[in-house]
Amino acid sequence: MNLNRDRVRNLFGRLLIHLVLLAGVIWSIFPFVWMVFTSLKSYVEAAASQSLLPTQWLFSNYLTAWNQVAVFPRYFANTIFIATSTVLGVLVTGTLAAYAFARMQFPGRDVLFMLLLSTMMVPFEVTLVPNFILMRYFGWINHYQALIIPWTASAFSVFLLRQFFRSIPLDLYDAAVLDGANHLQFLWSIVVPLSRPALITSALLTFLGSWNALMWPLLVTNTPQMRPIQVGIASFITDAGTQVQLLLAAVTISVVPVILLYLVLQRWFIEGIATVGIHGGS
Amino acid sequence: MAESVPPIQKIRTLEVDRPRHVSGRQRKIEWTAYLFILPAFVILGVFHIFPVIYAIFISLESGPINKFSFVGLQNYSAALTNPVFWSSLGTTFVYALLTMPFTIVLGLFFAYLLFQGVRGQDKYRVAFFLPYVISTVGSSVVWAWIFDPSNGLANFILERFGVQPLRWLIEPTGIFQIFARQAGGSLPTWAQGPSVALIAIAIFTIWQSMGYDVVIFLAGLTNIPGELYEAARIDGANAAQLFRYITIPLLAPTTFFVIVISVIASLQSFNQIFAMNTAAAQTLGGPLESTNTLTVYMFNQLYTYSNYGYASTIAVLLSIVILAFTLINFKVLGRQTED
Repeated sequence: MNLNRDRVRNLFGRLLIHLVLLAGVIWSIFPFVWMVFTSLKSYVEAAASQSLLPTQWLFSNYLTAWNQVAVFPRYFANTIFIATSTVLGVLVTGTLAAYAFARMQFPGRDVLFMLLLSTMMVPFEVTLVPNFILMRYFGWINHYQALIIPWTASAFSVFLLRQFFRSIPLDLYDAAVLDGANHLQFLWSIVVPLSRPALITSALLTFLGSWNALMWPLLVTNTPQMRPIQVGIASFITDAGTQVQLLLAAVTISVVPVILLYLVLQRWFIEGIATVGIHGGS
Repeated sequence: MAESVPPIQKIRTLEVDRPRHVSGRQRKIEWTAYLFILPAFVILGVFHIFPVIYAIFISLESGPINKFSFVGLQNYSAALTNPVFWSSLGTTFVYALLTMPFTIVLGLFFAYLLFQGVRGQDKYRVAFFLPYVISTVGSSVVWAWIFDPSNGLANFILERFGVQPLRWLIEPTGIFQIFARQAGGSLPTWAQGPSVALIAIAIFTIWQSMGYDVVIFLAGLTNIPGELYEAARIDGANAAQLFRYITIPLLAPTTFFVIVISVIASLQSFNQIFAMNTAAAQTLGGPLESTNTLTVYMFNQLYTYSNYGYASTIAVLLSIVILAFTLINFKVLGRQTED
């Protein structure tokens, strides 16, 4: 009897938890659902109707939006090029530095590591003005260099990778040295393959940051040809005016690649964030 | 690759017993290490470390970019005597107070529910984290439309509950003042509360960053040994007691981390405000400067007015504020977590 009542109460409790969680899920994803449906409505319907589903599904809105922003393909190409180059840079500089900090002995190691970490505490805004002046000095304004090179090293990635490299047993290195390997060979043939999860996480978070960057590209580009997608969308907001369905179609186009990447690789995103969180917390 | 694995593992097990310090490898200085860290340090040095020092120099200068002239602390005294500086500092704090507590509490709430071993935990987590992945510019367009005064979803919901519609992103009036007005009265300036526009942006920010806290808290919760809960349950502890006496103290390091990160992030936030202002066709920091936080103020000085020295001054002052709060966090909360 008692057991039965407990079971019913348990079941009820579980149901309640799921209901609350579902409310949270709706709060989190409803804006996207609503965005996609509105992007398929006609101008009149998008502006005036509050029903969720369009009466007429106008897939042509996407074509119109794409054509209206003549530089859309360019925005995409720019963003992909910038994000990929940044990721490559971060991985190369990060792996090398992280390895040295994790596995090598040299004077000033701890001080340099602290210096590296301290760059994470500096608000981005402080370096904004000097970096902008530097870009002008280098003649990089409105060039890809300005959008890529300052971001090809990240203290965060060095930190993340170092934590991971340290968990690789020292004895593996002894074995490699016995086989006549040097640091670089050991790093490339043993450490990198073993650290794939940390490298993927690092790459994904860098890619995401680069894809979604706004303030910096806004500042250092001044022609549509050089702009990445976020700045492009921001300027399209003004161009599209009241044509909200076109605007939402354009936004949908700009977020779909990231959503797909996220859904396919969500484990790496989430685990990465969680790991860094735990490390930072303890 | 598969062939080379067994010998390595063999060596590894053989070497486990060998005392490590005997090898002497640990103490040898490896000068090549500097070559390894060189690329990262060149980039970080030029674009992230040097600019901090340079920023302090610029903050002591004035004039156009090629003709800086040294003005000493003039920018600082100009900022500290400018009411706009103080009001934007106030807006920065209000914005932090409007976003941070809600994000953290909601994040912990949902993480704790997920921690109850619900089926489909992974799928819930993916959904909660989604807003964090999407660009601020993209989702701000959607949210600006939700907050549209005439056709938006937000007012549609308010009307359902019999509340008068608001003008949201284009409403510079304080929220309390709005209520007072509806009741036929008026409030003194200090009691008018944060502007409705700032609240709308805060709601957007909470929506965007909640998933991050859910993920971090869930990871922290998963680290708490399950036996502790079992033991307490056997002793007859109820759900509230479990939360109070096991979850809260053992989650303290994670909570501390989340608070430190959130304080820094919310004092620095720019993208949400910029994107929502743009999407609602407002001037940056508008309407009527009611969303003019320090970062927005700084960006305007830089981008619109090209006041490099003054913009740098604001950035330096903002860093001092952030640093102060981070230190306070470490002093007050950090000590508590250690106990």
